[in-house]
Amino acid sequence: MSRAKLGIILFVISETTFFGLLVTSYIYFHGDPGGGPTAANSLNALRTGLFSILLFSSSGTMVMAARSYRKGRLKGALGWLCITIVLGGGFLVGQALEYADLFAKGVVINRNLFATTFFTLTGFHGLHVLIGLIALAILTGLLAGGKVGAGARDSDAFEAVGIYWHFVDAVWVLIFSVVYLWAVL
Amino acid sequence: MSDAALTDRIAGPAGEAAHRGLLSWVASVDHKQIGIMYLLSGLVFFLIGGLEAMLIRVQLAIPNNHFLSPDMFDQLFTMHGTTMIFLVVMPVLTGLTIYVMPLMIGARDVAFPRLNAMSFWIQLFGGILLYFSFLAGGAPNDGWFSYAPLSEPAFSFNNGLSYWALGLACVGIGTLAGSINMIVTIVTLRVKSLTIRRLPLFVWMTLVNSFLMLMALPIINATFVTLLIDRLLNAHIFAPAFGGSALLWQHYFWSFGHPEVYIMILPAFAIISEVIPVFSGKPIYGYEFVAASTVAIALLSFTVWAHHMFAVGMGHVFDLFFGFMSMTIAVPTGIKIFNWSATLYHGRIRLTTSMLFGIAFIVMFTIGGLSGVSFAVVPVDWQLTDTYYLVAHIHYVLFGGSIFAILAGIYYWFPKMSGRLLDEHLGKWHFWLTFIGFNLTFFLQHLLGMMGMRRRVFTYPNLPGWMILNLISTIGAFVLLASVLVFLWNIIVSRRHGQVAGDNPWDGWTLEWATSSPPPPENFALVPPVGGRRPLWDMKHPDRRDEAVAAAGAR
Repeated sequence: MSRAKLGIILFVISETTFFGLLVTSYIYFHGDPGGGPTAANSLNALRTGLFSILLFSSSGTMVMAARSYRKGRLKGALGWLCITIVLGGGFLVGQALEYADLFAKGVVINRNLFATTFFTLTGFHGLHVLIGLIALAILTGLLAGGKVGAGARDSDAFEAVGIYWHFVDAVWVLIFSVVYLWAVL
Repeated sequence: MSDAALTDRIAGPAGEAAHRGLLSWVASVDHKQIGIMYLLSGLVFFLIGGLEAMLIRVQLAIPNNHFLSPDMFDQLFTMHGTTMIFLVVMPVLTGLTIYVMPLMIGARDVAFPRLNAMSFWIQLFGGILLYFSFLAGGAPNDGWFSYAPLSEPAFSFNNGLSYWALGLACVGIGTLAGSINMIVTIVTLRVKSLTIRRLPLFVWMTLVNSFLMLMALPIINATFVTLLIDRLLNAHIFAPAFGGSALLWQHYFWSFGHPEVYIMILPAFAIISEVIPVFSGKPIYGYEFVAASTVAIALLSFTVWAHHMFAVGMGHVFDLFFGFMSMTIAVPTGIKIFNWSATLYHGRIRLTTSMLFGIAFIVMFTIGGLSGVSFAVVPVDWQLTDTYYLVAHIHYVLFGGSIFAILAGIYYWFPKMSGRLLDEHLGKWHFWLTFIGFNLTFFLQHLLGMMGMRRRVFTYPNLPGWMILNLISTIGAFVLLASVLVFLWNIIVSRRHGQVAGDNPWDGWTLEWATSSPPPPENFALVPPVGGRRPLWDMKHPDRRDEAVAAAGAR
């Protein structure tokens, strides 16, 4: 296995533990957040679900980008990468709107234990999406500038960014289930 | 001659623009220079942490002493523990590993040299950030595990705890990046013929330990950010008065904290597993058992954390489970003690300073291990927790264990790093002063603990026997101080005027001894062939080669 791929897989394993702890905190205080806002009475699962579709589909476009790249169609890869960035950015816009709504309702991080664990968990996820977008933007820039060719080492970089992006997506599946679906069901 | 899988590019001064003087170190991405910088920063923090320990022992020398204020005493024991664990033992072990491991596997550098430099610098600045707290109103003062709710803003009189969490999070990120680097290096950059069953045990344990760090460090990083959110954004996750849970902190901290204990001892085992066989003139007894028991320790270490929490009152079932698991983890640890002892048996022992520290490690660590097992017996724990018995235990495993092994490793690999041997005469002085000073300081603390002396209290009443035991302990601390001065003097003198070492001063068997001392920037021109576990032995004694070890999966 290549260095870059193995390195990013190990990083993803450690990040899984990191998010595991934040999810544990959320679940731990789910039953008794100490009065005030809860997931059930302050979150809009439908709207966040719609924005989540953007993130989920961005994993698909990333797969398409990698496929085009492997077949040597660099222009196609570039196009799919741009779509991936737009979809990821759209998800972040959705998260910003959600936060703005919550802030307007007075739900801020130190309001109660639901708010603290919710903002910690989703905030760190948002940060990871942002970092993924930066990595994707760098990859896109290198590809557009002709700095990434079809060589073995370049394809490692492509795959490494892809693995990270799928991980960010997978974590959101977990968070969306635990935070939003649990509140609705 | 060589079947090396050397990397295509040479990192470091040879491959990049050659810098001179200090800049050649600051700008370095060479694993050897970074390893030495880890060791030097560890040494500086060791002196600072040692100074803190001396102040603590002076305060405790006589009863009802007012040399230090209670508040200063709290800051000192907190900083002493935090410094020794996060800024001394971990970085020094990392430094030795980062220096030696790539040489042992015949690689030119680690897999990600720049990430390696980042790991070092971020942990160094994390340490500096922690110490900056002294200038910013006061150091943290809740002990090295900072139990909630004492760590919450309502109970803090300064910002020390915020610096603590932020600084240690930096150290954590650096350590995490380092563990990824080591795993990738071992997996991808070994010479082809160095199969998993031929790996030196040092590399085996580095691999296992890196996985342990990979899983344990994110736990504490997440815990630190949660604490920071409590402290800086006014949240209450760990504050029971507002519905939070102080117990959650204990579970989070110790589910990192107990693997952490093994993170500090597995690399020590790794050093001992090289030093003991070489100076016994025998291959290690039961290679497979040493390797497999390491894996067992790593897995079990995630199932014992709550033995730090028996006093909480978790209930009978939990107490039984964690007590049982804690006794279980002593089994693979005990296996190693037998492996090393059996390696010594009938060996042609050379009592170098390195070997003296190695043998002393086995004895001291066994004492620390036995007092550790006694804590797995829940009623004993209730009686002795938070007493000087515990202080004695932790120092027997971390000083008698980790630090003794580190010193064995430094005497062993210093010639490789500097090209000169550390002076053996001064080395013997260093060893005996350390051995006597250490036991004088800590052995009697077992008794003090059983007599009921509580730790972390700034002074004590003049009860029968307490003063003399404490005074002896303080005298022991001054003997240790003398030993450190001898050590420093040895390094300074030997670095300039020590005996020239040559490539292989100890008749070692692993690949780092096949290159020059110190190694060239690219480490190797040619890597010797590897057909077994002791390639250099096979080269030197073609008629008495080790039994060939088949490649992995060939049996």
